[in-house]
Amino acid sequence: MADVSIRQLNKKYDNGFHAVKDVNLEIRDKEFLVLVGPSGCGKTTTLRMVAGLEEITSGEIRIGPDVVNDLPPMDRNIAMVFQNYALYPHKTVFDNMAFGLQMRGYAKDDILKRVREAAEILGIEPLLERKPRQLSGGQRQRVAVGRAIVRHPEVFLFDEPLSNLDAKLRVQMRVELKRLHERLETTAIYVTHDQVEAMTLGTRVVVMKDGRVQQVGEPLELYGRPANKFVAGFIGSPAMNFVEVSISGDGRWAEAEGLRLSTPERLRAHGGQRLTLGVRPEALQIANGAGDSSFATAVDVIEPLGNEILLNFRAGGVAMVARVDPGVRVKAHENIRFALDPERLHFFDAKTEDAI
Amino acid sequence: MLIERKWKKWVYFYLPMAVFIVFTLFPFYWMAVTAFRPDTELYATWRQPNAQPLWTLAPTLEHVKGLLQTTAFPTWLWNTMLIAIVATIISLICGMFAGYALSRLRFRGSEFLGTAIFITYLVPQTLLFIPLADIIRDLHLGNTPWALMLTYPTILIPFCTWLLMGYFKTIPKELEECARIDGATRFGAMVRIIFPVAIPGILSAGIFAFTLSWNEFIYALVFMASADQKTVPVGVVSELIRGDIFFWGQLMAGALLGSVPVAIVYSFFVEYYVTGLTGSVKG
Repeated sequence: MADVSIRQLNKKYDNGFHAVKDVNLEIRDKEFLVLVGPSGCGKTTTLRMVAGLEEITSGEIRIGPDVVNDLPPMDRNIAMVFQNYALYPHKTVFDNMAFGLQMRGYAKDDILKRVREAAEILGIEPLLERKPRQLSGGQRQRVAVGRAIVRHPEVFLFDEPLSNLDAKLRVQMRVELKRLHERLETTAIYVTHDQVEAMTLGTRVVVMKDGRVQQVGEPLELYGRPANKFVAGFIGSPAMNFVEVSISGDGRWAEAEGLRLSTPERLRAHGGQRLTLGVRPEALQIANGAGDSSFATAVDVIEPLGNEILLNFRAGGVAMVARVDPGVRVKAHENIRFALDPERLHFFDAKTEDAI
Repeated sequence: MLIERKWKKWVYFYLPMAVFIVFTLFPFYWMAVTAFRPDTELYATWRQPNAQPLWTLAPTLEHVKGLLQTTAFPTWLWNTMLIAIVATIISLICGMFAGYALSRLRFRGSEFLGTAIFITYLVPQTLLFIPLADIIRDLHLGNTPWALMLTYPTILIPFCTWLLMGYFKTIPKELEECARIDGATRFGAMVRIIFPVAIPGILSAGIFAFTLSWNEFIYALVFMASADQKTVPVGVVSELIRGDIFFWGQLMAGALLGSVPVAIVYSFFVEYYVTGLTGSVKG
């Protein structure tokens, strides 16, 4: 069990690419921290630096009380699960799981006990004598996790471990990983590009872009109070709707083509500015009558998903999506009035894209 | 529809396949037939009545016996085997380490080094044997098996290095990284994980290296003078062609017996090689 502390971490490759820029993270003991972001955002590089597989250009990484910058991976007391599982193809499942223990000179009985224990937790006991190529994707995934947990490391590192699985299995493994973390209570750092995975697994989530941390927070905090436009658009599916608006002189109204919405109190100081308005699809609700903060539009595409209905339409000059209750009866090309709660509107600076 | 398909399969598959097989195997067949054909048939013209150019009616072992009794063939076979095995082992070991380093380690000039090694492979042996002969003489290795055991790797190491470099590149680097997290050093990960996984590649490099050294002619001809030090290809050619007389029967018997060990090596390892390849490395 250990905290992980990352300070002013930078990674610059020989070709000049600056992959990780001034990353600061404090990962608490027993926490499940998820790094999420689009590809090339530096999340995997950060994880690999924690693992010791990538050299650090500048900055400091501590695991527990020790600075591990110059320690080889084997001396960091970590375990890592790779995207392609990286099972040793010439070894049986048992030997795959036992390898790390053998390398560390554990006694035979102890190895046997630990491997059996891990296999039991993951339900892979019948597979111990098989070779990796005789396993299905989900089974390989379990073996890869098993190999990580036998050593009882201080920190688990996961590098997109579910992205090679099919959608159904991914959902199932996601739950299992969460359950496993609750049982083992080990600090975990998990990298993914899937925001749903990030939200469901993470105690806290770190959103990264272009090598920089955009926001760190609990899942609902990121969803409800995104720090900038990037986080707002990245977290949530369907994504948040964005409209360029101009704020009236007194700061009371946000206006765009065909839109006039009343604004929350905090916008009074921003009168006359051009801002980006963000609206979550579920913040758009069908209104009965005309109100201060409503607008009418024609829905062009309806996506009935069963548990909800997505309505696609144009407003303020851009395409938008609303998520409404499945009980609502709407026909395509019908004119509908949507109402908005001013308190559920997000505003972002048009230049810096920071939240207001 | 079905009939048409059958017809097409014959024209596009069986027929070209048959032509190919005949074309490839005929020299071997000819060698075998000649080895067992009595001299009376061998030196008779095809125009005479009852001539059977494509097979023999009176197979004989006289050429095989003659080869084993009148020449040093068993010694040549032993020499060839010893030299081929030692040269292959030396080349494989060097090739494995060099191939690993060039495919995995990032160091200044690694790409240049890889290309340079390949270029040395392109220098023809017919030029290289002259300076090598000088070196062999200076080291007093001439006419000893070491002359060939040490010069064959000059061709084989670049070859093995390149072949293995390509193979190592197909092995996901995560395997090695995982081993290093599991507690292995870089060297340990290479020896315990990468080499065992690369066995199909190492075997194929070994088979090729073995065959190349088994069949090598120029160096063996130049560096080995006395009859008891010769290898099969050189021995057979130099001892069984006397002046303008070709002892065809014994020549072919020598060629036949000389190719048996290679055939055995192939048949034994090809099985392993194929199973090795079908077991995928990927997760």
